[in-house]
Amino acid sequence: MIRIERRLRQPAWLTVAVPLGSLVAAFALSALVLLITGHDPIHTYRRLFDSAFIANGALSATVVSATPLAFTALAAAAAFRMNLFNIGGEGQLYMGAILAAAVAIATGGWPTAIVVVLMCVRGAIGGAVWALIPGVLRAFFATNEIITSLMLNYVAALILTYLIFDSESYWRDTSSFEARTFPQGKTFPDSARWPSFDVSGLVVPLGFVLVLACAAVLAFVYTRTRFGFEAAVIGDSPRAARYAGMRTRRKILSVMALSGALAGIGGASQDGDFRHLLDPRGLTQANYGYAGIVIAALARYNPFGAVLVALLLGGLQNAGYTLQGADFPAGLVGMMQGMILFCALGGELLVRYRIRVGRGAVAAPAEAAA
Amino acid sequence: MNNSLLVVVAASAVAYGTPLLYAALGELLAERSGVLNLGVEGMMLMGAVMGFWTVQRIGGSGPLVLALAILVAMLAGAAMAAIHAFLVVTLRASQIVSGLALTIFAGAAGLSSYLGNDLELADSPARHAFTTPLPKALTDLPIVGPIVFEHSVLVFASWGLVALVALYLSRTRMGLNVRAVGESPAAADAMGINVAAYRYAHTIAGGALAGVGGACFSLAITPQWIDGLTQGAGWIAIALVIFAFWRPDLCLVGAYLFGAFSALPFTFQARGILKQIPPELFQSLPYVMTVVVLVLVSTGLAKRRLGAPAALGRPYVREER
Repeated sequence: MIRIERRLRQPAWLTVAVPLGSLVAAFALSALVLLITGHDPIHTYRRLFDSAFIANGALSATVVSATPLAFTALAAAAAFRMNLFNIGGEGQLYMGAILAAAVAIATGGWPTAIVVVLMCVRGAIGGAVWALIPGVLRAFFATNEIITSLMLNYVAALILTYLIFDSESYWRDTSSFEARTFPQGKTFPDSARWPSFDVSGLVVPLGFVLVLACAAVLAFVYTRTRFGFEAAVIGDSPRAARYAGMRTRRKILSVMALSGALAGIGGASQDGDFRHLLDPRGLTQANYGYAGIVIAALARYNPFGAVLVALLLGGLQNAGYTLQGADFPAGLVGMMQGMILFCALGGELLVRYRIRVGRGAVAAPAEAAA
Repeated sequence: MNNSLLVVVAASAVAYGTPLLYAALGELLAERSGVLNLGVEGMMLMGAVMGFWTVQRIGGSGPLVLALAILVAMLAGAAMAAIHAFLVVTLRASQIVSGLALTIFAGAAGLSSYLGNDLELADSPARHAFTTPLPKALTDLPIVGPIVFEHSVLVFASWGLVALVALYLSRTRMGLNVRAVGESPAAADAMGINVAAYRYAHTIAGGALAGVGGACFSLAITPQWIDGLTQGAGWIAIALVIFAFWRPDLCLVGAYLFGAFSALPFTFQARGILKQIPPELFQSLPYVMTVVVLVLVSTGLAKRRLGAPAALGRPYVREER
């Protein structure tokens, strides 16, 4: 007889063991998919890990891939903590990238430090405004924010495409005949190239330093301030929060803005750290927003955990790009990310519940319900 | 006359609305039993890729292969839904996160894309595709010809399905039980209804229908395989269920409305209408309209929760009710 009963206390070691266990389980299950489709899982995984973490320069490339993922993961974590399901991190990152790119193009010759600050601020504004659309709709019309924030991802992607491919916008390079036939964004002036730091061979982009800072701020806000406490209460019990006199609407708006701003800074970092132009194809193909949700859930919405998990999944994503080809089909990495999320969800049961086999003193009706 | 803009838009609204209708009816079944499944997009894409694979790789006469393809698409969608059902019914996971996980797992950058690339399905047109089975005499009729008759079996079957689902929910014993499970699982349980079994069955049936919806794209509308070819149709289908107040008959109306929004950009582009307006503006129409409609509906919903199953999204645990 198997019984599932709620744990009264959640042991601390489980909160680390379960995510790790889910990772192992996800790799095992993905291996099954690989086997069924006629690939050698061990060979595939070895290549994956080699080009993610071991090969020459792989680790630096992994940090580069992890940076936007960590931003979108923090964005998801900030909102999901309050049971506010902002899955528009993707679109908020695009809007941040668009606004930051405008600053970058306009401020040629300015000191880089000022340009970086301006780009981050504009990126944060872009993301926050885009996130406030579903936020306002949720707060004032009780509209489901999941669907609206997702729909706006498609709209943001279309805006991005429009700016470069279907208009002569400020962002588009129209200086030469070639650039007019093959549309692409204006390359930024040197002053808008964000610096990177060399830590004994490992190249760390400024964006990654920023994301660490953002994680620290988010952790502080959520554990040490009234703002974070109220957000947690509203998430756990909206009714209790209302009785306690908390302003739910205002909190929804500010948490959505915070979440969007984090994703938007991620967009600015994409511009300044790596792409150095507004790049619709590259941004829309990467699926940063969706991967961010996986990371946040796996890290159980812990900001520092999110950065750590982002490094791991960033490695996978980076390896996925490097290896993509006939014997390494695209989509494998996304499939594995989904699998990891499934396993993390299943593992959550072990954190919240205890599974007892046999020797139940009380004749429990639990098995019929479960 | 049959070439006039209004007729063409109406006809393609029906064609583009059909996958939405299948997916929305499927989601409606799951939600009526209390299970919110946000993985529709992933289930549709799996149906699309597996249905297309069947048509490309299995030999035989056209109609037979197409029928088999629909069956395979249903199985693919159902298999995906089964994962979700296991996680949310048995393991009591959050329905929202599990549904998102399903979309990431199977979606445009996940398993469906992996299979499409691994089985080398891209860049070739379908060997067989659904076309209208009706004689020219009917399809050439003015106005009603293209709008009502010039469609594939999938469209006609979807009309039957609307009636079937409506009758099932309102006129059968099982339908009554489903509604009981969605509204008050504790009461249903006390009546001796197996809540878990009902939730499993309807989530999986919903997945099968989403699979058919996906196959509508890869075997009738596009007919070919492209990564992520549903372009968010799964999410629009979820919004449709809310728009339809969880009623099958209103799903039909909503599906064709959104079918028209999705079809407009193609029609305008093909005819060179309104060239001075950027195509992206029209392409964003289905997404923007989904948001607008959702806002309109939810302002009413906030006052009276019209039609939403009371236990939607909540796991049922007998000893914790």
